[in-house]
Amino acid sequence: MSQSKQQMFRLNTGGRIDRSRTLSFTFNGQRYQGHPGDTLASALLANGVDIVNRSFKYSRPRGIVAAGAEEPNAIVQLGSNEAAQVPNVRATQQALFDGLTACSTNGWPNVQRDLMGLVGKLGGQFMPPGFYYKTFMAPASMWLTYEKYIRKAAGLGRSPMEADPDSYDHFNQHCDVLVVGAGAAGLAAALAAARSGARVIVADEQEEMGGSLLASRETLEGKPADQWVARVLGELASYENVTLLPRTTANGYHDHNFVTLHERRTEHLGDTAPVENGHRQVRARLHRVRAGQVILSTGAHERPLVYAGNDVPGNLLAGAVSTYIRRYGVAPGRKLVLSTSNDYGYRAALDWKEAGCEVVAIVDAREAPAGDWVDAARAQGIKIITGSAVIEAKGSNRVTAARVAKIDIDAFKVSGPVQELACDTIASSGGYSPVIHLASHTGARPTWREDILGFVPGLVKGVQACGGAKGTYTLGDVLAEGVEAGIRAAATTGYTAQTVSLPSAERLQQGPAVALFQVPHEKSTLRGPKQFVDLQNDVTAAGIELATREGFESIEHIKRYTAMGFGTDQGKLGNINGMAIAARCLKRSIPEVGTTVFRPNYTPVTFGAIVGRHCRDLFDPERYTALHHWHVERGAEFEDVGQWKRPWYYPQKVNGKAETIQEAVARECLAVREKVGILDASTLGKIDIQGPDAREFLARVYTNKWEKLAVGKCRYGLMCKDDGMVTDDGVTSCLAENHFLMTTTTGGAAAILEWLELWHQTEWPELDVYFSSVTDHWATMTITGPEARKLLAEISDIDLDRDSFKFMDWRSGKVAGVPARVFRISFTGELTFEINVQANYAMHVWQTLFKHGEKYGLTPYGTETMHVLRAEKGFIIVGQETDGSVTPEDLGMQWAIGYDKPYSWIGKRALTRSDTKRENRKQLVGLRPKDPKVVLEEGAQIVLDPKHAIPMPMVGHVTSSYYSPILDSGFALAVVKGGHQRLGETVYLPMADGQTFEAEIVSTIFYDPKGERQNV
Amino acid sequence: MQRYSGFGLVKHALSHHENWERQWRNPTPKKQYDVIIVGGGGHGLATAYYLAKEFGVKNVAVIEKGWLGGGNTARNTTIVRSNYLWDESAVLYEHAMKLWEGLSQDLNYNVMFSQRGVLNLGHTLQDMRDIQRRVNANRLNGIDGEVLDAKGVQALVPIMDCSKNARYPVMGASWQPRAGVARHDAVAWGYARGADAHGVDILQQTEVTGFKIRDGQIYGVHTNRGDIEAKTVGCVAAGNSSVLAKMGGFNLPLESHPLQALVSEPIKPILDTVVMSNQVHGYISQSDKGDLVIGAGIDGYNGYGQRGSYPTVEHTLQAIVEMFPIFSRVRMNRQWGGIVDTCPDACPIISKTPVKGLYFNCGWGTGGFKATPGSGHVFAASLAKGEMHPIAEPFSMFRFHSGALIDEHGAAGVAH
Repeated sequence: MSQSKQQMFRLNTGGRIDRSRTLSFTFNGQRYQGHPGDTLASALLANGVDIVNRSFKYSRPRGIVAAGAEEPNAIVQLGSNEAAQVPNVRATQQALFDGLTACSTNGWPNVQRDLMGLVGKLGGQFMPPGFYYKTFMAPASMWLTYEKYIRKAAGLGRSPMEADPDSYDHFNQHCDVLVVGAGAAGLAAALAAARSGARVIVADEQEEMGGSLLASRETLEGKPADQWVARVLGELASYENVTLLPRTTANGYHDHNFVTLHERRTEHLGDTAPVENGHRQVRARLHRVRAGQVILSTGAHERPLVYAGNDVPGNLLAGAVSTYIRRYGVAPGRKLVLSTSNDYGYRAALDWKEAGCEVVAIVDAREAPAGDWVDAARAQGIKIITGSAVIEAKGSNRVTAARVAKIDIDAFKVSGPVQELACDTIASSGGYSPVIHLASHTGARPTWREDILGFVPGLVKGVQACGGAKGTYTLGDVLAEGVEAGIRAAATTGYTAQTVSLPSAERLQQGPAVALFQVPHEKSTLRGPKQFVDLQNDVTAAGIELATREGFESIEHIKRYTAMGFGTDQGKLGNINGMAIAARCLKRSIPEVGTTVFRPNYTPVTFGAIVGRHCRDLFDPERYTALHHWHVERGAEFEDVGQWKRPWYYPQKVNGKAETIQEAVARECLAVREKVGILDASTLGKIDIQGPDAREFLARVYTNKWEKLAVGKCRYGLMCKDDGMVTDDGVTSCLAENHFLMTTTTGGAAAILEWLELWHQTEWPELDVYFSSVTDHWATMTITGPEARKLLAEISDIDLDRDSFKFMDWRSGKVAGVPARVFRISFTGELTFEINVQANYAMHVWQTLFKHGEKYGLTPYGTETMHVLRAEKGFIIVGQETDGSVTPEDLGMQWAIGYDKPYSWIGKRALTRSDTKRENRKQLVGLRPKDPKVVLEEGAQIVLDPKHAIPMPMVGHVTSSYYSPILDSGFALAVVKGGHQRLGETVYLPMADGQTFEAEIVSTIFYDPKGERQNV
Repeated sequence: MQRYSGFGLVKHALSHHENWERQWRNPTPKKQYDVIIVGGGGHGLATAYYLAKEFGVKNVAVIEKGWLGGGNTARNTTIVRSNYLWDESAVLYEHAMKLWEGLSQDLNYNVMFSQRGVLNLGHTLQDMRDIQRRVNANRLNGIDGEVLDAKGVQALVPIMDCSKNARYPVMGASWQPRAGVARHDAVAWGYARGADAHGVDILQQTEVTGFKIRDGQIYGVHTNRGDIEAKTVGCVAAGNSSVLAKMGGFNLPLESHPLQALVSEPIKPILDTVVMSNQVHGYISQSDKGDLVIGAGIDGYNGYGQRGSYPTVEHTLQAIVEMFPIFSRVRMNRQWGGIVDTCPDACPIISKTPVKGLYFNCGWGTGGFKATPGSGHVFAASLAKGEMHPIAEPFSMFRFHSGALIDEHGAAGVAH
């Protein structure tokens, strides 16, 4: 098959494509060919594909309009297999690769013959903006059904249904000057800044750097402009202080010159990243750039004119027509009508003509256009119709004719007879809108310039705009502005830049443009055929007019009521036209109507790129203790506590069958109560506190007293927030006079260290004290049970005598031959030694304990058994018995409050408030189910009258509930209103399944109430 | 007021939509009103609507410094639910929920309240304990809900990773079927249209610059369009409440933080419910237009800029991709921020103040949208009668003196 037949709109010469190689691709199941250098859009145009999609609301056929990021229509689904699917790819920004597979995102049964289009055609007039607010209300019960059908029309592309095979990463970058956009202005700026020695990053969203110069008919030094581009890029690439990032979009401009750059590294190569040397390449990279100065050389977007039928395939931006011809060697039609309000638009007609196609006419809204390009067009013999505009495009699946008429812009009406010009392409130009999005992200309000009929960026510190982004469009001026911006940026960041000698640009005469946005039609806007403003969301001029009639006067209201600018193009083409139409309807000026706030992202960014490496195994670190492998080998089940993996229980195989959690926990519990058990308690937070004021600091952050805690002693401490509610607890030991070791809950460790630092740094900087986290430095092994002393004595040189090493003492010495701190504290009620050794020794000590422990029945136990044992003793777990609304007194822990301490402490004032002193607060109690076989549900609500109608007054809830093997019954801890006064009373627990349990309020201590066992 | 209906839509279509009326007027401020509402967001407009409609107070002005519904009403992620833990909040949010259920009809404005259900996921044993506690409490308070296990969650959301491979595997969830989402802008517009129809003056682009206070009693406000008098003033200004309180000569225990949200590009319907996770820390739903609507926690610092810091966006999407690995190739379209006024106990303030006649309704933090009808209704009742509505009573600003806090941090763990 010859190329000409395959690509019938491909020009024989020209463009930056590589005609020597052919790439094949599939669109909507049809195979086509293109060349390296093509975008998917240019290749589709080369093959004469007119309809690329169906519109969102009215399902109208849509074709390619633009050649860049502003494209609203050519939104396709990419991907040759399920995992490689990418929704909503803009065909104008997707480089063609061999084997590319894409399809339209809407259209049923297909995009050519679409049944929904019929609905749009017939029902379109019943769907003005906001129509859904005005209907689907009756009957009320039907809304969910209506919604189901409304949702069917939702969305453009679809999500892949398989996990992403690719990976992404993040770079943190610092530079002196970040240049966004490598067109004429950006390259000039980069050159000036780079030569000064400043660290420069140049980011450009396109496949090739050079911007409009790549397709310009203008010359530099009398040569094609792309030669200058190549030379400058060559020079920049040779500098070590310059980083060139093509295919990289600056998507968000955040405070303090923080800019996110989204670099697409492999999307031009395939739909999944290629494998190189056995490694799959990174699909995209997010550069988080902190820049000294930011140069916004982002250029401008051409504005289309808003006329009837302007959405029919074959309506394009004038600049896009030029780009397709000059850069991609494609003429997107055969017979052109150009409708323009300015001189720039003429270039499309000149390019068209030079490509050997027919220019039917240039329709210029100005009465007497004059300028070099106008003259050039006249010289070429192109017919120019002045004072007129294309008021309507005819055709349904492709433009067939342009209806042209004289217009009176001020009176907003058609002022002469209409002539119909047969054509297949209408190009329009309504002037340019500077790309102000990034500057707008920072909160800077753009300002309107009447002379250029566009908004320019508001001023922000550390940023400068140049070239098109600033509303400067003459090539010579653009280059000069770029150099100036580069020099200024370099100077601001401490570099001395020399002037750069600029290439000479042609000096072209241009006539002034006329302000034309919406083109009048013979019929009124509401009655005439649809004139589209936002093509992606099917927002029409009539829709905007209607919104203003209904009282939506703020541009934000108009935008939200009509959905203008809410598409994936974020109103790049349509917003200014929409504002102009709103201004006309409201009889205000455009700046009075104002602009909406542009938000990041400039163009959509793959979630994966923002997530980077922080997914899958690296989503959140898993923390393991030094003994983790032992637990794994022992078959432990694990529980997530904070980031830690803690052994939950150790199921054993009994007769080849694994124990249930109940069986394992019962066995572990009895082992502790009757022999000796061991717990890996390493995850408890440990904070080393030192300094002359350490003791006073402790007394200020804990509720209880610390003045008299002697070296060698331990004390349980309760910590409240400033609202008087318990927030953490743990044992703190006095290691030396000015040296303490605080332990915290496992989950609370980091937050408590921050809490201590917060108070020290902001409230009590005068206290001489400092903190370090030592959680990971020490491994903690808790041996507990009647045989604990005997076991430890076998491998330790510490005197373990009960009278010299008392409860709540700690000693240092050797355990299993390594230095250890041993604490005699207990969370089970049994005789307990908590052995702390350097984490690196932990496995050795643990294994030694097991070597010696076998004869004593040493049994490892997990957190579940720990929970049961401590609950039998009425010991609380912060976060389980407490929920941020429980005071120490509510817990029955008055003994841990030192109201008479010499200094105030956190929570003291709050604990004296009327509500914290109130009677009938929820207080911690024990619950004994009337039926001992019952294990109450944790979280069950407690009531006094289970027959009460809903809402049923609740007096508390179950915080912990277990089966106790040693008591052979269920038991629970609970908080109950006035519970401390209710011992012996019966309460009820009505459950979801209709059952109601009865329980008696009892003491929180279910086992060994006198506390004798820890002292055996 | 022009009534809306499907029939009316057809009628208007035939007359080329030339006869639609304004949804609300653009009135000139009067010298004096019975009640002034400061803040034209959802809560303020709802307050004005119920004042006029239910409590017979029709001489009301809503003063809005920007455009109505332009604050957090326009910026939230539209989740509506009432499965709060504590009785005080449960009653308040359920009051709102009941109003939501008839709101489109009451306003004759389709606010697209979609009761598609909300899942609050549990990933740890403590999560599950908390979920059981909350669902049990909800049930006894007459609020729908059930506890689901991981299988039940997977059945509702087949595309979520409920496997053991997840960093924090889903253990279960609470499920409130009556919860859902609504079209946020429509809520503001519907209330505005309804209030306007009852005679309320909505004064946009009008900024309160001070209060007129004599002998501890308010009698009006200074604005950039002149002084306006009223003996009852209700402030519903979200992130700017502390600024207003300062004008009234007192402080509120509020911190204003940026809260961000983001949306993906529109994709075909794939997620039918709202999924929230405190532990993995993110939440997500899909709008009727197809956008995935995503959020997480507040930015840690204080600020009045309606934008936030980038790391929050990164963390949020990390959580979403952790829960939904298939979304890795979906693309983020837009992010934005609001200013949320957070209270120390994560509950609102609906209250009298030290100034007689001056009332505040604020401190909704990250969860104000869902309360809009209920908040407006009880605030209106309080303003009309000069006594706080019983549902509002526990939310007095003076609770920070007594210590009678209602700690909903558990429920507010992720912004919602």
